[in-house]
Amino acid sequence: MFKKILIANRGEIAVRVIRACRELGVLSVAVYSDVDRASLHVRKADEAYHIGKANATESYLNIEKIVDTATRCGAEAIHPGYGFLSENAKFAQACADAGIKFIGPSPASIDLMGSKTRARREMQRAGIPLVPGTSAGVESYEQAQQTARQIGYPVMLKAAAGGGGKGMRLVHSPEELKPALESAQSEAGGAFGDCEVYLEKAIINPRHIEMQILADEHGNVVYLGERECSLQRRHQKVLEEAPSPIVGAEMRKKMGDVAVRVATAAGYSNAGTIEFLVDENKNFYFLEMNTRLQVEHPVTELITGLDLVHLQIRIASREKLPFQQEEIRIRGHAIECRIYAEDPDNNFFPSPGKITLLLSPSGPGIRRDSGMYEGWTVPLEYDPLLAKLIGYGADRQQAVGRLLRALNEYFVGGIKTNISLFLRILSDPDFQAGKLDTGFLDRLLARETPVSADGNSEIAAIAAGIFAVLDSAPNSSQVSTGTLSPSSNGMAPSTWKKAGRTEALR
Amino acid sequence: MNYEVRIDDKLFHLELDRSEGQWHCKLNGTAINIDAVLTRTNVLSILLEGKAYEIKRELTINGLHLWVGSSHYSAEVRDPRSLRHRKDGTAGNKGPQMLTAAMPGKVVRVLLQEGAQVEAGQGILVVEAMKMQNEIKSPKAGRIQKIMVATSDAVNAGDLVAIVE
Repeated sequence: MFKKILIANRGEIAVRVIRACRELGVLSVAVYSDVDRASLHVRKADEAYHIGKANATESYLNIEKIVDTATRCGAEAIHPGYGFLSENAKFAQACADAGIKFIGPSPASIDLMGSKTRARREMQRAGIPLVPGTSAGVESYEQAQQTARQIGYPVMLKAAAGGGGKGMRLVHSPEELKPALESAQSEAGGAFGDCEVYLEKAIINPRHIEMQILADEHGNVVYLGERECSLQRRHQKVLEEAPSPIVGAEMRKKMGDVAVRVATAAGYSNAGTIEFLVDENKNFYFLEMNTRLQVEHPVTELITGLDLVHLQIRIASREKLPFQQEEIRIRGHAIECRIYAEDPDNNFFPSPGKITLLLSPSGPGIRRDSGMYEGWTVPLEYDPLLAKLIGYGADRQQAVGRLLRALNEYFVGGIKTNISLFLRILSDPDFQAGKLDTGFLDRLLARETPVSADGNSEIAAIAAGIFAVLDSAPNSSQVSTGTLSPSSNGMAPSTWKKAGRTEALR
Repeated sequence: MNYEVRIDDKLFHLELDRSEGQWHCKLNGTAINIDAVLTRTNVLSILLEGKAYEIKRELTINGLHLWVGSSHYSAEVRDPRSLRHRKDGTAGNKGPQMLTAAMPGKVVRVLLQEGAQVEAGQGILVVEAMKMQNEIKSPKAGRIQKIMVATSDAVNAGDLVAIVE
């Protein structure tokens, strides 16, 4: 086992990995950019080092700086988290060259799966079912036009180096192709430094179901069951659950066997995810393999009782998988909500800023993996994921009930979040019936937002008045209620008023 | 204390007094028996005839917001004795429209030139923040009078980026 691990990431996932290190008795090292000095991962780690400017290319994407930091502080391994350098073969190679263990697959496996086009060619050879499309990048608009005509509209443009919906566009008709191609290439170039995109036949409103695998460095591969990830907006996952409402034992075994074949064909080791598109008839097609820990890994952890980060670290230190396929049992149901700093009432615009009030849920069946705290300013430079709220229950219905309860307890003030969206999703009859596909969320959002006619405007009016009275006499209010000490939290009411006035003058 | 309180589009007249920790409350002339405790800054617990409510308060650039449980209410509190008049924030779609950035970010593309004709809902420029690209769209059909920013400029929330006339 390693003695010290550097975590080349930030936010909730860095905190998640730091916690695993602490549980295993391993020292953790955080790295941070100019704007992350006060971030939670820096507070939680055993050691922390500054690595550069706010712009990720000069900090969290700076391979040389991160490897150098790891060497200097004596870290024996690097956990890349997800995003940033997690699927960068050059980074994995740079770690190996410096004698540092990269907690993940080999550079060769990352390379293979990192190019979606090359992965398609290899998987075709291995006899894995694929969505019809090109297995090479689009070279020109004219060529894209021709290919799209051949496979037939609608088509999907995807970044070859992509993930997370960046550089991805659905194209319904020839007129949309040119602008879609340009913006996909620009977005892919900005997000991945590689503007290659390819074309695939679009399967309209499929389900998106993925299979978690674990492979050790001794040739053992197991699958840990599927995750249903059909709830997406702009191809970005919003809510995931395990198991999928439509996958039974037989289908799970079929998908799991294909996933194990994919991993084996790629010479894969460590944790990985094979994504499938599933059509109405439950046919499934290989989409891509994510060669890292997924954002949504907690739902798998809850239904299998396994800790994927512990296992990642153990596998990287050359331990054998401690179980066989037959020993893996799926129990209960788990659902994850990705809490983003974005405004659901304003087209999901990102909403960075200072968190002025944070009330966090807990209680039975609730897990919260968070990277935020009250008083922290969410920087605008990075992904808007703040936290993940996961509900677990003996069955799907109980998991939904617990999550709804917890979401009602959750309050993030000062910035906008998508918490209200989850209340809508989880209360939706189709969602509760498990009728999901990748078009679900767009359809839900196209419907009128239900007006909150719960008749509490009188209470709100009274509360507004009470706040106003307390503001005008902050000291006496604290004495008379006897529950508020001046040091118990950030801002005193008078500061609030001052801030409000300053803001109003802008 | 007398207040005019607007909650969403409903107007209330509220009388509030407090003596020896007890609140005396009249809402639109009707006496209401309440018990209120500020449990922490911006979080109020109200008991109204046995019913319990938790109210959270948020003060933003867009004004005062209250949350009763998970339900959101926008609010405005006015002391009738004060001489301040309420601002009329609705400008309508007539006349030149000022387009502002809704949040901080970086301009990645300017899609149209000054002087160009635009349709309502047509994108004028693209701002990127938190890895997402967002189009700033024209609120009405017309002509672009001015574009204040160029590609790779940084913008702050509320910054004027373009004018459509």
